Amino acid sequence: MSVETMNRNEGKNQPEVGRDVPRLESRRKVTGRADYVHNLSVPGMLHAKVFRSTVPHGRILSIDTSEALDAPGVHYVLTGEDIRAMFPHPYYGPAFHDQPVLALDKVRYVGEPVAVVLAEDPFAAADAVQMIVADYEELEPVYDEVEAVTSPVVVHDVLKPAGTFPDLKHLHGKRDTNVALDYQLRRGDCDAAFSAAAHVFEHEFRSQPVMHVPLEPMVSLAVPDHDRLTIHTASQSPSFVRMEIARLLGWPENRVRVMVPHLGGGFGAKLYIKLEALVACAALIARAPVKLSLTMEEQFYTITKHASTFRIKTGVDADGRITARRCEVYWNGGAYADIGPRVTQKSGFTAPGPYDIENVSIDSYALYTNRPPAGALRGFGIPQLVWAYESQADIIARELGQDPVEFRRRNLLRNGRPQATGTIMESAAIHEVLETVVERLEWAKPFDRGSGPVRRGRAIAIGFKASIAPTTSVAIVTVAADGSASLSISTVDMGQGSDTAMAQIVAETLGIPTEEVTVVHPDTDTTPYDMATLGSRSTFHTGNAVKRAAEDARERLARLAEEAGMPAQDSYAPAEVFRKRYGMQAGTVTGTGSYIPEYRSPDEDGQSPKVTPYWMIGATGVELEVDTETGHVHVTRMVNAVDCGTPLNPKIVEAQISGAAIMQFGFTMSEEMHFDAGQVTNASFADYKIPGIHDIPPLMDEYIVDAVQSGGPFGAKGVGESATFGVSPSIAGAIEDAVGVRLTELPLTPEKVLRAIRAAAGDPLED
Amino acid sequence: MRQHISFNLNGRPVSMDVGAHEDAVDVLRRRNLFGARESCGQGLCGCCTIKVDGVPVSGCLTLGLKLDGAEVETVEGLEREGVLDIVQQAFIDAGAFQCGFCTPGFVMMASDLLARVEAPTDEQIKDHLAGNLCRCAAYPEIIAAVRAAAEKRSAHAQV
Repeated sequence: MSVETMNRNEGKNQPEVGRDVPRLESRRKVTGRADYVHNLSVPGMLHAKVFRSTVPHGRILSIDTSEALDAPGVHYVLTGEDIRAMFPHPYYGPAFHDQPVLALDKVRYVGEPVAVVLAEDPFAAADAVQMIVADYEELEPVYDEVEAVTSPVVVHDVLKPAGTFPDLKHLHGKRDTNVALDYQLRRGDCDAAFSAAAHVFEHEFRSQPVMHVPLEPMVSLAVPDHDRLTIHTASQSPSFVRMEIARLLGWPENRVRVMVPHLGGGFGAKLYIKLEALVACAALIARAPVKLSLTMEEQFYTITKHASTFRIKTGVDADGRITARRCEVYWNGGAYADIGPRVTQKSGFTAPGPYDIENVSIDSYALYTNRPPAGALRGFGIPQLVWAYESQADIIARELGQDPVEFRRRNLLRNGRPQATGTIMESAAIHEVLETVVERLEWAKPFDRGSGPVRRGRAIAIGFKASIAPTTSVAIVTVAADGSASLSISTVDMGQGSDTAMAQIVAETLGIPTEEVTVVHPDTDTTPYDMATLGSRSTFHTGNAVKRAAEDARERLARLAEEAGMPAQDSYAPAEVFRKRYGMQAGTVTGTGSYIPEYRSPDEDGQSPKVTPYWMIGATGVELEVDTETGHVHVTRMVNAVDCGTPLNPKIVEAQISGAAIMQFGFTMSEEMHFDAGQVTNASFADYKIPGIHDIPPLMDEYIVDAVQSGGPFGAKGVGESATFGVSPSIAGAIEDAVGVRLTELPLTPEKVLRAIRAAAGDPLED
Repeated sequence: MRQHISFNLNGRPVSMDVGAHEDAVDVLRRRNLFGARESCGQGLCGCCTIKVDGVPVSGCLTLGLKLDGAEVETVEGLEREGVLDIVQQAFIDAGAFQCGFCTPGFVMMASDLLARVEAPTDEQIKDHLAGNLCRCAAYPEIIAAVRAAAEKRSAHAQV
């Protein structure tokens, strides 16, 4: 039996995949009735409030909780020692088991959780937290990622890799170092190539610490029940939360249930494990449900995007071909590793950029410092890298007197050529993405750079990313006796539209309308394993698992029809199959599918024949105005193009492109966490400026190039991060094009622009 | 300190005990209305936007006791007998949201704008929505949605 004969919408020729289906949960979202953990409360629930460290690095001498414990409405006040008394090894983390549920022995950053109050209402908990007093023996802190390499200050006495990742095993037990991971890649002979090069360029670029600030602040609720524990949590990785909590408690996974409704934004902030360990331990100690809702301010103390320093050295021959590139990248991981070591390694694969370079050397270091922990944020390190290599591409082209687009065309990788890791490029529309931006920005036409105090400039930048491999997704498709279908996956729809796109895959495969497919939200009691919703992996990985599950369901329905004695060539609805087989509206068909792509671990030189199942590509072109009297930059036009294979839902993809570009626009123009003695001083929307509706470029265009991803479900691959890649370097390049100054540190604030303009004019501003 | 207050909530009279420390979002949550959400807690993001006596306010900065005697409107009140408001439908048609957490605030402010201005320009739309933040950055789609809602309404008015 074929798909066609299963189709109960005979004559419906419109494919489900590739259709602009409105998000399935649209009505809930516009009426304010979508479920978020934020909304949840259960009887007998205690509200948790965290007492946080006020010093960046220190030994805990004492914590006095007596007054807080006596406060009205307070049930428990717990410290790290109370947790350790019940759970002997209370450390967690995806890459390293380095983060205590509550601080133990030492505090390592300002804002680190030191104690928690559990009270009847959130106000009582907040009041009682003020009554806790902690004494510390202050230790010298280290903040800078480059200083941390050689500093005598050591954040962790001993490294504790989790063992989940085989390539971190060699770090086990290493002492007296802040280097949590040293990734390296060697290809060809850089030294010889630099000696032979016609020109050699060396630069350093820096990226600032920023925060994801999902508008739904992190929130988790743990509900104990006899020998089980249910955690309702705003998480991007319910399967990981279950595994890690089970490990922490020494329980089998099936005694931990993790449920995730809608997510009010994630962007990497809600990945792996965040508040879940604390609410789980607190709920088991208190034998009561415990809910912890962070404030917007507290999010800044929980996870950040890596600040980074990238030293890049490039050799170029007389024709402008890049012959060698050495990359040294230092990632400021903060006090706990979170997923920083993976960011360091996985982004390291593509640190030299989407260029065909014979000789490459990459050293990428994850550093512990006394800052809030850093993790993944929309790009897994790639935007920090593209910022550097594309800024340098413009600098090189300018020095060589070449058109920056020509310089890129000459050097870009082509399909069939090996990338720095040795993996052969395939299904990568790098040139098409570049040419789309070139064409839409009308690069060949003359450009008016202005003459008065306001000057104009333009630039283009392109970047690419390897997927986070190897990772697994599993899906279950259930067809009910009336023919309606449900999809069970643990992929989290945090706004990117995965529920809708996955339902489209089911609908296309079963031949039913997408709107009739129900997507069951992650509930680890019923939805199967998914590694996590991160790194633009869901479309490809979960998408393939979903397609297989739907195909399996279709085949099982066919077998059922055969059992019912229905001729194979007949055309009928699934409901009819069930009726024929069971004599009434009865029965269920369940199809399952799982997917893990082929992956080969890199060797000691970082070489691998298969380092990623697919490449994500994005380019940005901008036109802007610079006010030379104020340093103010106004981006008047932005063009973004991506290769996302064949889009499953073009309208949602376009919104992903513009959304990613605008987010990176904020990281480029205004966003920066400021610190004073380790304390974040602008942890509020009053002082930390994210883009508002007035800030977006007046002209914004998004383009999806014609492409098919081999091995992707219906030719698709992920897109959530691709439009972040080119934003920062294209803006910095356009500023240089306009006023001749080059900025190498993000963000590109008016003050930095004006200082650079005045310095170049020999009339520097006073400090 | 707690006080008994009465007010009209989306057109229906309600009365309840409210603590002096509770804000309007707390009060609404106790009525099982979660559309107005506290996000920044400082009146800077617009996620908690409600209307009190016809005026949009930040629910997180409005004392619950201040609702006494007021006409209070929330996003849940826009839908009438199962039919979405013109702005809500326009948001769906334009795909003007991603995670949806900020959406009620934008919908409330957009519907407030349309109540005041017949055919708003893009600048007027941006000005009116300048107090609402969307981290998913669905701004281009939001502007398109409000424009479409205004056009649809004037088309209806002319029929």
